[in-house]
Amino acid sequence: MIDVAATLRRGWRELIAHIDFPLLFITLAIMCVGLATVNSATWDSNHRMLSQAGNMGIAMVVMWFVSRLPPQKLMNFAIPLYLLGIILLVAVFLFGIKVNGAKRWLPLGFTRIQPSEIMKIAMPLMLAWYFQKYEATLKLKHYFIAALLLIVPFALIAKQPDLGTALLVGSAGFYVIFFAGLPWKIIVGLVVAAGSAAPLIWSMMHDYQRKRILTLIDPTTDPLGAGYHIIQATIAIGSGGAIGKGYLNGTQTHLEFIPEKHTDFIFAVYSEEWGLLGNALLVFLYTLLIGRGLIIASGAPTLFSRLLAGAITLGFFTYAFINMGMVSGILPVVGVPLPFMSYGGTALVTLFLGIGMLMSIHTHRMLVKK
Amino acid sequence: MSHFTNPEADVDRFRFRLGIAAICVLLAFGVLLGRFVWLQVIQHDFYQTRAEDNRIALIPIVPNRGVITDRNGVVLAHNYSAFTLEITPSQAGNLEATIDALADVIDIQPKDRKRFKRLLDEAKNFESIPIRTRLTDGEVAKFAAHRYRFPGVEVKARLFRQYPLGEIASHAIGYIGRITERDLKWIEEAEKQANYKGTDHVGKTGLEQHYEFELHGETGYEEVEIDAGGRALRSLKRIPPVSGNNLALTLDAKLQQITEQAFGDRKGSLVAIDPKTGGILALVSTPTYDPNLFVDGITPDNWKELNEHPSKPMVNRAINGAYPPGSTFKPFMALAALELGKRTANQAISDPGYFNFGNHQFRDDKKGGHGSVDMYKSIVHSCDTYYYMLANDMGIDNIAKFMGSLGLGQRTGVDLGKDDSGESKGVLPSQEWKKHRFKKPEQQKWYAGETISIGIGQGYNAYTPIQLAQATATVANNGVMFRPHLVHYLIDTKTGEKRQVEPKPIRDLQLKQSNVDVIRRAMVGVNKEGTGARAFAGAPYEAAGKTGTAQVFSLKGAQYKEGTTKKELRDHALFIAYAPADNPKIALAVLVENGGFGAQSAAPIARMVIDYYLLGKLPAGAAKEDSAAIEEEPEE
Repeated sequence: MIDVAATLRRGWRELIAHIDFPLLFITLAIMCVGLATVNSATWDSNHRMLSQAGNMGIAMVVMWFVSRLPPQKLMNFAIPLYLLGIILLVAVFLFGIKVNGAKRWLPLGFTRIQPSEIMKIAMPLMLAWYFQKYEATLKLKHYFIAALLLIVPFALIAKQPDLGTALLVGSAGFYVIFFAGLPWKIIVGLVVAAGSAAPLIWSMMHDYQRKRILTLIDPTTDPLGAGYHIIQATIAIGSGGAIGKGYLNGTQTHLEFIPEKHTDFIFAVYSEEWGLLGNALLVFLYTLLIGRGLIIASGAPTLFSRLLAGAITLGFFTYAFINMGMVSGILPVVGVPLPFMSYGGTALVTLFLGIGMLMSIHTHRMLVKK
Repeated sequence: MSHFTNPEADVDRFRFRLGIAAICVLLAFGVLLGRFVWLQVIQHDFYQTRAEDNRIALIPIVPNRGVITDRNGVVLAHNYSAFTLEITPSQAGNLEATIDALADVIDIQPKDRKRFKRLLDEAKNFESIPIRTRLTDGEVAKFAAHRYRFPGVEVKARLFRQYPLGEIASHAIGYIGRITERDLKWIEEAEKQANYKGTDHVGKTGLEQHYEFELHGETGYEEVEIDAGGRALRSLKRIPPVSGNNLALTLDAKLQQITEQAFGDRKGSLVAIDPKTGGILALVSTPTYDPNLFVDGITPDNWKELNEHPSKPMVNRAINGAYPPGSTFKPFMALAALELGKRTANQAISDPGYFNFGNHQFRDDKKGGHGSVDMYKSIVHSCDTYYYMLANDMGIDNIAKFMGSLGLGQRTGVDLGKDDSGESKGVLPSQEWKKHRFKKPEQQKWYAGETISIGIGQGYNAYTPIQLAQATATVANNGVMFRPHLVHYLIDTKTGEKRQVEPKPIRDLQLKQSNVDVIRRAMVGVNKEGTGARAFAGAPYEAAGKTGTAQVFSLKGAQYKEGTTKKELRDHALFIAYAPADNPKIALAVLVENGGFGAQSAAPIARMVIDYYLLGKLPAGAAKEDSAAIEEEPEE
């Protein structure tokens, strides 16, 4: 009897050894909100709550495994994962299949995959590894090489075209370079250059991307087409008011006015039913999540783990900010899901890979110091 | 930046940057919260009303689909407005009960119920779905009196596509049908989905599909205030739709009709082209089908019958049937020989009635042979031996190169179907082709013996009727080649502006005039003293032609698998022609499946077509009452 209890206790301790509870509870809280909202969004037809719960379960198992890998092991993944990502992206470029005018998927016979998803993780991993390798001899040229490592996959993804994912991958890489100490002079220079290159970028954009930006400025120009999403989502948020219309009572949601309401536009559903109060709560939860991530980054023992933790954390911020910004009409619609809220298994697994890495970095920090 | 790296300082710098990032995060979230306050507190009333107004529905107004007319303004496809009885499932409650109750008021057949079920499975739940189409005025009035009993059931005026000539030219016009998942993909790839809100039909084949985005028009919309039950109360704003562009064809519907009648119940194809523009005058594939069957959603029985019928009425033989050209290949061979300097017109061979190659004997169909044969005689009397020798002298790759330049074995790019993939390429045999066609190395090698029968249009050769017609037209036009096309011009219905589609020559073969003249004289000879003489006896114009007979067993590309009775094994009859020989206005290729000799069954059809086109002469047996269906109408 005693043995059993002791074994159980040991097992439990082993199970939770690499779990960071603050991080776990914050993500669980956001996911509860997410599940309830998926339930509301798919209330009228094809219910998705249970299958989303299943996705969460799978994603958390992935997280558990990753959290047990010490950062040194994670480093070993950097190059293979990055190379795999590049090869697959080139394969997409050559053999990808077109869906909705964009070449994002690679057919594998029995299924198809979206290789840009791999890059969301592979990019910060690779760059963090790179800076760790040259930590002692860091020179300006290393930043340029890092920028090159960043630009190749970014360009491949942007070319598909998938502006949303390209932005996420690009920003994840940029955060690493920034935290690695990119000189301020260069940052300022980049900002100025970007500002003056805007007209050039405009001329290189696809028609549908330009249309999205134009309709952002004035959505009413295209009420049946691209403007429809923004108009209806804004109405949903605005009509939600201070305290919302109540759970399952959103008229925009349940009269089918919100498009893609359980995926990219789930925030409109949530915001309509829970109002400003709900929004403030959600933003608060995201702030906690990011705060915890930054604390982990700050206490991380090696350059690699610092950079990785910082970039992953700011990645969560980027997801959340771009999504809520686009749904509330201050950023163009680029197809970025809301982290831990939007329906979809792949995105969840990617997110929890990140959470798992944060946990790994945090729970292995003492081991490294010793 | 060659600073001395100090770990402690690095960590401090990193933490400093983390702090900056944290500030940025807070600022960004602050902006978001500001935006939420703006939307949800300050602008709340405005958006509250807008949400209420989302009782204001944007109702798409489907534009009129463009009308298709022939070269004389005869309407081939148009729209008419009719009333449909439609149910909105989300508002109607129990559908079975509703339909049963409706059946007491309006005649509802089992097939209507079946169609409704099918559409219901495909539809989104807020769309209204037709339970009955084409209500009579009486039925509309009757329903109006009972309307209060049926929430969610409405009479709607909808536009229907109609093909007034029925089966005539159906393979050219094509048809429209309800949008399926696959069509939706196509529309999304073209970034047109916004314009297709409210549209439920799309072109499926032929011109209707090729010119879908021209014919469709721009969807308008109406902002309508609706009550909680979804009924429209009043209109707030209306952006009218813009009708699709009309198509004016080069096709002559009367000519088409006469040709189809000439085929009777024989299977086959005819393509007639204006050699000076590439404009298609007639594009026949028999048997045909009635495109009107598809408009309302074809019934499974009809579909089964059309699809499984042994004579394959749904196959467009003109662009999808690949047949060996038989002896119609000879004029092209002769022209190639002249152009490449392999023969002169007067050079004669002595024909013993066979040609020996290795230990195989290739026979001529005339026992004992034609004696001394020059080029003229070789075409007029269709001498095989001449072409066995010629093919052997030229070699397969020279033949392939020249025939390729005439467009044989390549898609013509005719404006039918979604894209090129709807058209068959046929087979232009060459060493290269054989290497790709076969897998085993011993099969990939081209044997010189295989070249011999290529010379008389047998062997691997297989071309579509439209390719043969294009090649004939190109020779008739002294080597200047046009893309065959059916649309003469598009008419913008708003401005009345006409947009010409062609004609731009795609290629000039730079043929020597004297060479073309030799071929023309010989082909005229065919119809005067040769194999086409009987069919063209007494013609008041000079027509150039060539008969052909193709063995069925070597047929490729077409889909005869089983049930081949004796008739199915008979040879295909072919004929190519152009007229008047000195100033060609029409060039054509005829194919009659299992028609036996080309001279017997294919040439008379060509005669009838040319007689009508050049002289306006109706064939003796043409049914007057049928042809009355096509009266030339002034353009609207």
